[in-house]
Amino acid sequence: MNILERFTESWRKYRKPGYYEEFDYHWAMTIDLDRCTGCEACVTACQAENNLPIVGEKEIAKGREVQWIRIERYWEGEYPDVKLRFIPMLCQHCDAAPCETVCPVSATYHNQDGLNTQIYNRCIGTRACAVYCPYEVRYFNFTDHHWDSPLEQQLNPDVTVREKGVMEKCTFCIQRIRQAKDHAKDDGRRRVRDGEVQPACVQSCPANALVFGDRKDPESQVAKSMNDPRAYRVLEELNTDPSVVYLKKVVAKDDHAS
Amino acid sequence: MQAETNNLRYADVNRDVVRSIVETGPRYYVALATAGSVTLLCFFFPWFYQLYFGIGAAGMNHPGVWGTYLASFIFWIGLSHSGTLLSCVLHLTNSSWRKAMYRSAEAMTLFSLLVAATFVFVHVGRPWFIHWSLPYPNQMELWPNFRSPLLFDVMAIATYLTGSSIFIYMGSIPDFAAVRDRTAGWRNTMYTLLSLGWRGTDKEWHRLHWAYTFLAVLIIPLAVSVHSIVSWDFAMSLVPALHQTIFAPYFVVGAIYSGTAGIVTVMFVLRKYMNFEQYITKVHFDNLGKLLLLLSLIWSYINAVELFTGWYSGTSTEYEALKFKMFGYYSWLYWEMILFCAAAPLLCIFKRFRTSFVPMLILSIAVNIGMYTERFLIVGTSLSRQYLPDAWGVYVPSLVELSIILGSFALFTTMFLVFVKIVPSVSIYEVKETMDTPTVTSNTEPLAPPEGSPA
Repeated sequence: MNILERFTESWRKYRKPGYYEEFDYHWAMTIDLDRCTGCEACVTACQAENNLPIVGEKEIAKGREVQWIRIERYWEGEYPDVKLRFIPMLCQHCDAAPCETVCPVSATYHNQDGLNTQIYNRCIGTRACAVYCPYEVRYFNFTDHHWDSPLEQQLNPDVTVREKGVMEKCTFCIQRIRQAKDHAKDDGRRRVRDGEVQPACVQSCPANALVFGDRKDPESQVAKSMNDPRAYRVLEELNTDPSVVYLKKVVAKDDHAS
Repeated sequence: MQAETNNLRYADVNRDVVRSIVETGPRYYVALATAGSVTLLCFFFPWFYQLYFGIGAAGMNHPGVWGTYLASFIFWIGLSHSGTLLSCVLHLTNSSWRKAMYRSAEAMTLFSLLVAATFVFVHVGRPWFIHWSLPYPNQMELWPNFRSPLLFDVMAIATYLTGSSIFIYMGSIPDFAAVRDRTAGWRNTMYTLLSLGWRGTDKEWHRLHWAYTFLAVLIIPLAVSVHSIVSWDFAMSLVPALHQTIFAPYFVVGAIYSGTAGIVTVMFVLRKYMNFEQYITKVHFDNLGKLLLLLSLIWSYINAVELFTGWYSGTSTEYEALKFKMFGYYSWLYWEMILFCAAAPLLCIFKRFRTSFVPMLILSIAVNIGMYTERFLIVGTSLSRQYLPDAWGVYVPSLVELSIILGSFALFTTMFLVFVKIVPSVSIYEVKETMDTPTVTSNTEPLAPPEGSPA
């Protein structure tokens, strides 16, 4: 191998890290809609874990609330035969994410764990990612937020408090994933075990509707439940390849799908 | 044109144009002071407040994260289109009627682009970091994302701004020299520098003409690409009403359309208040009226195609978005746009309408109001109705936004007012080319030199 080939080889390695072909971990989540009761415990847990701002009544009326995971409600049918359906909606961590291509400064990108990450420090606030996201799960900090004393005492020290002008969204509790990976490394460079890491929403779900884990491990709970015959992904026709899989038997009715 | 400028002599052209620069009436100062203070009060103060408070000062929300700032950005980019583009096309096709109006049209391009670029700063959440979207070498080895249409946009606008500034500057060199030879004092020094030692030799004229044609050829595809790229900011998304292949031609046509209307407005004002009645004539309004008519027809066609493809796609999201656009919360804006941009310009079929100045002025303003609405609708209605009905919502601009829109027009006017006192707003040498060669005996009465010229 001559020097030029060696150079191009190492350059390619540098420019194209291993995870371009294969992720180290491939974090994924399944949400069993038959188990979900819509209790919003996940919403609250996320609020507490990730230092989500409390924007107040006025801002919510303007449509500026920040909820990394939200329960979407859909009514079906006419009174008195009404059905309420709901679906927790969070960042789908798409493997072909439209938001990643549009950010001019690469503030949002795909990391080696298959996560769609958001770098607050790099964000310049074009808000293009929020427009490009078909799931509408990106939230913008329209103003600086403050926590009335003593609420600021309960802020999670592992998570940034975002300033005005940056975009934010669900991270699959990346701080917990980092911690679990560090433990695993200290523990003799093993891989993170299944169930060792749980995002706040998964942890708090009383019905165990949410399952989180590494999709690359075929024995993991999440990989198994992803093979459930009820599995479907929201807006799959857009080819965003989401990492969040919903479990619900979807039947086509005469005129509209339920 | 020829028939109407027949009674002018070459010296008259010089005198009139130099007069427009050196003789400044109180009306001009009043206009400048008004425009300047409105800019400060309505553009910069609200903007500074927004910088301090956050984008929350505007009315944006989820899902309407893009608002009037982006609409204004597209509008000003669009307005910039006709100037240089039209001037280039007409230069290459040897249309002599271009010569009296192209300088102000090109200036319009330049200043609209500057206002548009300012709107990028107004729009983003953290404008103090906007240089991160430029590919400059840095110690962190961080580069912008070259896949992003927003980055293409930054590149395209920077290129267009550079190209059109060079184009307008190069075309003005002989005129700077002409003014240099007729002024004294600080003006003389300034024009000496600006004219780059122009002497008017054959070689210089030859090179100027060559370079000018070269740039004209270069700028046409550039102008088309700029607005195509602006459209990709939208068309490359997955948003139902935005994800359309027609968007690039739609934006280009829309840009040239609003730009042409803008030229009509500016020419009316120049003609009326800068005393260019003999240079900007009915011929120009007639020709621009024909152009407006053609563009409005193309524009209407594209709108019809948009509706047809939305309906034909058969997807519920696409259908819902179009239904919302036509009959939803913003429907009155949609029909206002149709009235101003598709119906009203049909009046240009009549020659009598095209050659009357005030109706043309009203039409041109109406077209631009309609085109602003179009841009607002593209941003506003499309984001309101996306895939998940739970995330549907409407966006209403706040007072800060409305004030900044108003202020942006004042900003544009201020820059234009400064421009007409520095650069000859009618091309001296090219107007002369369109005139008959004067005879020696034509007129012998002495000409009054303009005020401020050397004795």
